[in-house]
Amino acid sequence: MSDAVAPVGVVQGIDQAVALGLTRPEYALIIEKLGREPVEVELAMFSLLWSEHCAYKHSKKLLRTLPTEGPSVVMGPGENAGAVDVGGGITIAFKVESHNHPSAVEPFQGAATGVGGILRDIFAIGARPIAVLDSLRFGEPADSERSRYLLDRAVAGIGHYGNSIGVPNIGGEVYFEAPYETNCLVNAMALGIGERDKLIRSAAAGVGNIVVLYGASTGRDGIGGASVLASAEFGEDDADKRPSVQVGDPFEEKKLLECSLELLEKGSIVSLQDLGAAGLTSSASEMASGGKVGIDIDVAKVPLREPGMAPFEVMVSESQERMLCVVKPDRVADVLALCEKWEVHGTAIGTVIEDRVMRIRDGDVVVGEMPVEALVDDCPLYDLAPEKPTEPVYPAPARTLPVDVTTTHDLLLALLASPNIASRRPLFEQYDCLVQSRTVRRPEEADAAVLAVGEDGAGIGVAIDCNGRRVAADPYWGTVAAALECAANLACVGAEPLGTTNNLNFGNPEKPHIAWQLTEAVRGLGDACRALQAPIVGGNVSLYNEGVAGPIYPTPVVGMVGAVPDVGCVAPSGFARDGDAWGLAGWNRMPSLAASELAKLRGEPLPDGLPEIDIPHCVSVLSAIRAAVRDGSLASCHDVAEGGFLVALAEACLLGGRGATLTGSWAEVPEAILFGEDACGFIVSGSREALERLGDVIPLDIFGTVGGDALRRLPDPDGETVWSLDELRNAHGALASLFP
Amino acid sequence: MRFGVVQFPGSCDEVDAVLAAERVGEAELLWHRDADLRGVDAVIVPGGFSYGDYLRVGAIARFSPVMESVIRFAQEGGPVLGICNGFQVLCEAGLLPGALLPNTRLRFVCRQADLVVGTANSAWSGDCTTGEILSIPVKHTTGRYYAPEAMLDELEADDRVLVRYANGHNPNGSLRDIAGVVGEGRNVVGLMPHPEHAVDPLTGSVDGLKLFASAASLRV
Repeated sequence: MSDAVAPVGVVQGIDQAVALGLTRPEYALIIEKLGREPVEVELAMFSLLWSEHCAYKHSKKLLRTLPTEGPSVVMGPGENAGAVDVGGGITIAFKVESHNHPSAVEPFQGAATGVGGILRDIFAIGARPIAVLDSLRFGEPADSERSRYLLDRAVAGIGHYGNSIGVPNIGGEVYFEAPYETNCLVNAMALGIGERDKLIRSAAAGVGNIVVLYGASTGRDGIGGASVLASAEFGEDDADKRPSVQVGDPFEEKKLLECSLELLEKGSIVSLQDLGAAGLTSSASEMASGGKVGIDIDVAKVPLREPGMAPFEVMVSESQERMLCVVKPDRVADVLALCEKWEVHGTAIGTVIEDRVMRIRDGDVVVGEMPVEALVDDCPLYDLAPEKPTEPVYPAPARTLPVDVTTTHDLLLALLASPNIASRRPLFEQYDCLVQSRTVRRPEEADAAVLAVGEDGAGIGVAIDCNGRRVAADPYWGTVAAALECAANLACVGAEPLGTTNNLNFGNPEKPHIAWQLTEAVRGLGDACRALQAPIVGGNVSLYNEGVAGPIYPTPVVGMVGAVPDVGCVAPSGFARDGDAWGLAGWNRMPSLAASELAKLRGEPLPDGLPEIDIPHCVSVLSAIRAAVRDGSLASCHDVAEGGFLVALAEACLLGGRGATLTGSWAEVPEAILFGEDACGFIVSGSREALERLGDVIPLDIFGTVGGDALRRLPDPDGETVWSLDELRNAHGALASLFP
Repeated sequence: MRFGVVQFPGSCDEVDAVLAAERVGEAELLWHRDADLRGVDAVIVPGGFSYGDYLRVGAIARFSPVMESVIRFAQEGGPVLGICNGFQVLCEAGLLPGALLPNTRLRFVCRQADLVVGTANSAWSGDCTTGEILSIPVKHTTGRYYAPEAMLDELEADDRVLVRYANGHNPNGSLRDIAGVVGEGRNVVGLMPHPEHAVDPLTGSVDGLKLFASAASLRV
């Protein structure tokens, strides 16, 4: 260390270090790096920056195997958010992040602040947030009042924050499975728009420059959130953790957002960083690390919400709606004036210094001084010890299908009404999907959300997906399927993937079977994204998602952004014209009922492995579908997902408000064709000639004609395989009862 | 025609309103702390959550410097349109009768709704026909129109119901399906649905454009 005198403060020792989540060897390493034992402020800062949440110590080595480079990538992993070039000088920033444990403890604020946090990541790089999507997992709503409560309040929290700040929520997904009962997942993805050369990085630069904290004042809320909540399993005493959940104020964030973008527009600041997990500790340290400089902070200058906060509390507080920027000394007055205009606190709290240390002062007293490198880079990384489990990790799902439901007619209705397939309208109607006037396709109008972003009709498609049950059955192929599902959703709107973000939600990686899930999933994600040429530009890892009943299903949520050259010719999901031919495109083999929705309803145990997926075949199908949508030859396009072919067909009828005929030698059709699941199958409609042309390129069977007020099998000698649209709609509306 | 769109801290749909107004005229933002309306010909108080909806929706915005000028502008006969939060603000300011209460289901609701035009006799509905159906989205938590029975009778007698939710489309429990009302002078109107989000076939319908076009065709 430099000429520093030892900081003033209590040495709390190893027991406190362990209580804060550090291991004994880690504590020894800290002593080695400092040349002495850490004092209170230092121990607090190390314990956070060396937590799983901040240091990715169990996942970083794996993440390095992912593809991160491509022609469209503007910003990759390591910045606040990733960004891709969508053409026309427009850059789209995006990232997904989890707020799982806070949401399980207090769903409204946990979910709301999850949205707030991911939005700050977007505008921290100088992009204006233009959309939010969410990816949610809960226990079975029929069985569990707690799951219904978590769902209801999490949706309300997401809506409250996004609606109030004026960022549309344009899509998402929710699954209900028993392993999420005690550990729900709330992942939020945000997108922003910016100009490539106006994006800003977080690295602090310019010795002598001033560090300005602006936004909300700092309180005791959320102290230790990253280490207490995000880096440990759940136990029995979780109510005690409620004070660790932050409280959000979207109004404060709206002002912060506008203030930040105006600061950037005026060129007033050198670099910018949001305060998220671990508060000032992580944002200041990461700025210093990125810029290869040091930062000197005076905690006495930080505006506080309550008096008497200790220096360590100021440094680790996770109070929401705060930003940190580096400003040249002659621009400080401008910055503070703009803060005043937007009615946010702005305070100079520190200086960029040459010594590469984080120096924390309380007035004139130095209360902590640590090498930046030790804090940010020297946390030990751990190798996983993956081992494929020999016994099933998860119990078979409870059977919910009544034994007398056996006919094709009744099975389809049961699937449409099942929580994982029923319409999400009762949820998404609680979100503003319109503000900012970019939304070309609203939820349930097309398979992917579509936003107009350019003057010339150019736009983007966005999708987020992951079927955790399939990943549990086969972490490698299940993850490949999740990435392909996103790409299939994009293909339906004519979008070509440009980049991917991901949120790896897993159990405790120190357990060999979880390590195996994680390793296999990351391998699958990497292979799929390489094949799709959709590199990973950012993401998040959420580990230790385990409750008393065991781990969650492994859930590597994949978010994908693609370019749409002309949003005017985006195909809807639903059948669009009476008289059109419709067909099933893409599949070159029999789909499997293994780990399907129908198998779940029947209470079948998860299989050990899924059929391999022919990735090159899928890539060529996606390319052909995308081309057909772009040239306008498809009147509708909807991918086959949970529930299989017949469910996708019924959805195409429901979403288009039109019936259809289904012609074929019905009696001989195996159940696996009707209800089996596989990647990259599509229900397409259009003129017969257009479908025949597409059928020259990829597998495609024309099965019938669009029209009428029922989905009808032909021939139907028994008169039993007819579903009226009303009947289908009633089944599909099953979730409405959860939101009275 | 030059439209001014008020911007409070917490406004969300102000840029959308500017974009909509620009389809029929010129438009600019008016900052809440600035009492100068800069000579605009019409004022739009947009949607959003002004001042975080704290205290009571619209209650704080009503006291901002710009609103003092908007109230004077309205009293002098200037055309003023309040959309969603703007409608709430105009009710708080006493420029429009009644109040907006939390939706019956106490949830935010965002959906396309059919509206029936109640009167073409206002500064913002002259291009419409009474009884015409407009497809315009709603999105709010606090949109249940309420006024005492006698006031509702008077509004109907005076032909001051701007738009009603069509049968089966009332999303919030508004009394007599009222979605928007007209002030006494017929220059001030307010509605919960968002006409600025119905101005482009690409993003929905174009029915909302009629309100902006109606104002643009006024003599100024």
